[in-house]
Parts: sequence; structure tokens; C-alpha cells
Amino acid sequence: MNIKTLTRSLWAFHVCCSPCNNCDIEILDTLTPRYDLERFGIQLVGSIRHADILLVSGVVNKKNVSRLKRIYEQAPKPILVVAIGNCACSEILFRNSYNACGPVDKIIPVDAYVPGCPPKPEAMIMGIVKLINTLHDKK
Amino acid sequence: MKLLFEFIIFPGFIFTAILGMLVSWIDRKVTARIQWRQGPPLLQPYYDLEKLLIKETIIPENANALIFLISPLIAIISTTIVSLIIWKTIFNPQSLFIGDLIVVIYLLALTPIAVILGASASGNPIASLAASREMKLFMSYELPFIFSILVPVIKAHSIKLGEIIIYQQSTGMIFNSISGILASAIFLITIHAKLGLVPFDIAEAETELAGGVFIEYSGTPLALHKLNRIMLLFVVPVFAVILFLGGMHPFYTGILKYLVVVVLIILIKNTNPRLRIDQAIKFFWRSCTMLSILAIILAIKGF
Repeated sequence: MNIKTLTRSLWAFHVCCSPCNNCDIEILDTLTPRYDLERFGIQLVGSIRHADILLVSGVVNKKNVSRLKRIYEQAPKPILVVAIGNCACSEILFRNSYNACGPVDKIIPVDAYVPGCPPKPEAMIMGIVKLINTLHDKK
Repeated sequence: MKLLFEFIIFPGFIFTAILGMLVSWIDRKVTARIQWRQGPPLLQPYYDLEKLLIKETIIPENANALIFLISPLIAIISTTIVSLIIWKTIFNPQSLFIGDLIVVIYLLALTPIAVILGASASGNPIASLAASREMKLFMSYELPFIFSILVPVIKAHSIKLGEIIIYQQSTGMIFNSISGILASAIFLITIHAKLGLVPFDIAEAETELAGGVFIEYSGTPLALHKLNRIMLLFVVPVFAVILFLGGMHPFYTGILKYLVVVVLIILIKNTNPRLRIDQAIKFFWRSCTMLSILAIILAIKGF
């Protein structure tokens, strides 16, 4: 697999796993003309079948853990996963909740973590740039 | 052998694909500048297609695999033949047969049919909803589309594309008359629906239908569908230039006319919200069809 080919045009798909919607609004902010992610070929797509990068936000709970797994299986490989926000990275204060099913990386493999509550758009762009750079270095 | 070369390389597939990517880049760049941002690099459409080629191709469990995979091929082959006919006519107006205009109209109608087939074969409820929308849209815009093409046919007394070009070279372009202006405006709006651009992208509708007709496509078939859209974006404005603006000769003014048509399409795309399907049908069947009939009557009367 040629990783450079993949990273030159990343189509993002947004997965909400019961977040408080704060991270989601910041993700939408990142995709606005002000930050202009189309410079790097990043686009938001509507269907999981077109996706190259999954942006997962929120605490994964018992109700949507099966859906997250299913979405990951439905995506055409190779696929990258980015956990957006503290909840998705380490499920901070929901850690001992009766309903939580562990952070995202216990359920599906995660390639990058963007902490913050919510992370700023700049932080997300930086996270994705770092992800792309590490992928290039690994190759 | 010569025909194969023409089909695959020069006015056919590769030529259309490359120039189509260029036009697609112009589209995205102008859109970006309208929204006050930088926009993608020059090779971005190529990067997108290249990436789609290395992705996994998923065939849904309850899909009809043969039709699902063959429909992008049907679309892309018909678009290639349209491009072949149009460019051969541009280089030598006398070279083709009588009735090539009708062949072009039919081949342009094959793309929506292939898209409908592929979406219905995918076995996804959202895709079938999108296919029904595409079908309704197709039936509503096809009538004003053909009526607006009738105006150059009536003026030039011919159904051969070359004769229409020769007529316009001798007596000035069809856009210079009242009926010509009406017909070309209607043609511009209907090719918008044909290309699936924003006021009429009801069948794709990223926000409500999540990609619509292409929802189950991934990997190479999706790349072919995207490539077909890109090639249509290149070929159909050339068709408009031939029909209404007097062909591509001389070449500099031809390019200029072509760019004017493309930028007009992009501006309409960027300044309009998406219509509902019933609004689109009403729009095409009432105002557009009436105006195109008026344009035909004016053309018969000689205006």
C-alpha cells in the first residue's frame, strides 16, 4: 500500500459516539472555509464507503459500541482512525461509569489522538499533519 | 487501429480524462476563491482518483454484483463516445454521418440511466430513494433539453453537428438571435441538472442522502463514476459551445467561449441552494418547457 497516495487526498467521515456535541462543532469549524482543509485534499464525505479517515468523538457506551465496530468494518481499507477529544482518547470522568465501554482504542485500532475539551481546530489540523508525517516516516 | 487510437488516446478517453481533471480543478479553485479561501492544488483531482484506485472495493451482500460493477463502465464508455464525436466534428465538420446530434443526445442520456441502474442494484434503501429522485429529475429535464437543442436544428436545417458549425461560421452564432438566447439559457440550466451540480444535485445530496446514488460505491467503481462526472463536466460545455456559440474555431476564441460557459456554470452552482425534487420538476416542466416551446416558435418565425 502506498501511504503517500492515501494521505494526499483524505476524505473524512465523522462518527459521533454519544459526545456532548462540543467536539463535533469544533470538527465542523475545522471544515469551514476559514481553515480551508481542501488545500490538503481533505473533504467531508457523507457515506462510510467513501471514507479514508474516521473522526471519532465522544464516550463509547454500551448502546453504540456495536455500531462503532460495524462502521469500522464497513469502511473500505486502508482506513485511518483519529480519536477527537478527551472523551474519545481516555474517557476522563466517565471512566468508572456503568455505561462506558472503554476508550476508542480498546474497540478499534486508533492511529492518532487529539486531546482537548474540546480541541481547537488548529489542534486537530496539527494532529492530522503529525499523523501524516509519522506515516511517511514509518514507510 | 486508427479508430482504437482515437477512442482510447486522442479525442477519446485519456484526452477527455486529463482535460476533465483540469476543468474539475478550475471548478474547485473558482469555488474556493468565491468562498475566500485558497483551494486545492492543481493535481488534486488526479490525487483523488489515484487514491480511490488503491482502496478496497466492497460489493454489498444483497447487491446484484454484475450490474453494480458494470454501470460505471457503461457511463464512462458512452461519455467517451460523445467526446469522440464532438471533437472529430470540431477538427473536421464534414467528417461524420447525418444524425450524429441525435446519437450525442442518446449517449448523454445513458449516464443517468447507468447511475440509476447502479444505485438500484446496490440494494441500499437510501440508494434506491436517490435512484428514484434521479429518475424523476432525468424525466423532467430531458424535454426542455431536447427542445432547446431543436432551435439550432431549425436554424441550420440540419441534424448534423458539422452543418450546424458551418452554418454558424457563415451567418454568425445562434446566440445572436432572440430564440438563440432563450434556448441557450435553458440549455445551460438543463446541463446543470445533467451534470448533477448544486441546485439540481438532488440525487446525490451529501447532507440528506449521504452520497445518494453513490452511497455503496467504494474504490475503483467510485473512481470510475467520479471520472465520468469529471469527463461530462468537460464535454457538455464543449457541446454547448458548438450548438450555440459557433464552435471552437478559431481556437483562442473557442477556449474563451468555453471558459465563459464553465465559469457561468460554476457561478450558478455556488450561488444557489439545493432545490427539493418537486420544486425541480415544477421548474423544468412549467417554466423551462414553456420557454423552450416559445424559443422554438420564435426560431420557426425566423427571429
